[in-house]
Amino acid sequence: MGEVNQVELVEIEKGVKMIPGANAFIMALDKLVNWGRAGSVWPATFGLACCAIEMMDAGASYHDLDRFGMIFRASPRQSDALVVAGTVSKKMAPVVRRVYDQMPEPRYVVAMGSCACSGGVFNSYAVVQGCDEFLPVDVYVPGCPPRPEALMEGLMRLQDKIMGEHWRWSRWR
Amino acid sequence: MEPLAIAEKIKNQFPAEVIEVVESRGQVGVIVAREQIGAMCRWLKDEPELRMDHLLALCGVDYVAKNGTYEVVYNLCSIPLRHMIRLRARVPADDCRIDSVTCLWRGADWLERECFDLLGIVFDGHPDLRRILLPEGWEGYPLRKTYPLRLPAEQEWQGYVQLKELSRELSRFDFYSDMLSNQAKAGANEAKK
Repeated sequence: MGEVNQVELVEIEKGVKMIPGANAFIMALDKLVNWGRAGSVWPATFGLACCAIEMMDAGASYHDLDRFGMIFRASPRQSDALVVAGTVSKKMAPVVRRVYDQMPEPRYVVAMGSCACSGGVFNSYAVVQGCDEFLPVDVYVPGCPPRPEALMEGLMRLQDKIMGEHWRWSRWR
Repeated sequence: MEPLAIAEKIKNQFPAEVIEVVESRGQVGVIVAREQIGAMCRWLKDEPELRMDHLLALCGVDYVAKNGTYEVVYNLCSIPLRHMIRLRARVPADDCRIDSVTCLWRGADWLERECFDLLGIVFDGHPDLRRILLPEGWEGYPLRKTYPLRLPAEQEWQGYVQLKELSRELSRFDFYSDMLSNQAKAGANEAKK
């Protein structure tokens, strides 16, 4: 039996401690899970109107969402976030909901642009007055359309929100 | 051939049908009665001097407040002879029917469906007259001037009402509500200690 030494834990960030020499960290599970989720928010490729052009621009090389770990996925089954980019007509609303329902948990919704937030200028019989009527929206990005920088800001807010979450997983079923 | 000359020709061929020839900013429209629209279009298409082989557009207009009619507008074009004419067929508001021209121009199919969908004008002889833009089960014809801009809650499209119902129902099963119940449970445990 060797001698057990008292190990001094090194705090490298608030709530994260390292065991020197062992290459191991001690932290809350929440923090690890949230860090993983926030660093790889993969939005579904799903554009509805002109906002989709700005969304594509945000994803393209100049603004480059990849550096936030955000890669557009062509299948809702591989996505974590749904960017509702554009006017949602009532005929389209069930389709948007179906895309959301196909996404695995945990999933997030960003309402992009005035139309998705509130219906915008289309105060009419055919347009949904804000996609929060049938989707749980996490971040609202106003603008008509919002510039790519605004969408990036919204997605960074989403990352902040994910980092602040506590026990977001399913109970035993 | 010049549009006014074409209008004159139509007037000579169908004197009882032509109500008026109107000209505005160099464009000529021939206002006609709806009864002989099929025969008139067939003649326009087959007449060697006219040969209107192409239907550019077909749409409906609401003039009910003005003179109690809807109008179905046919923009005809001759590709070999390079001329055009516009026909405006009057459809009385209390009997919204007109003969279909799908047998002459196959492309009229969806245009007439759109006109039916938004204005409620029925095209007799159309092979498949269903709604094309609005969802099935929609009530009313939105391009009519009497249609409200915003629907009252009790007239909301049932598909959308069901969708809102569904989203409320499904929200019980997502991680977010689990997160809330986890936190509530943790709070209760803390309190016990």
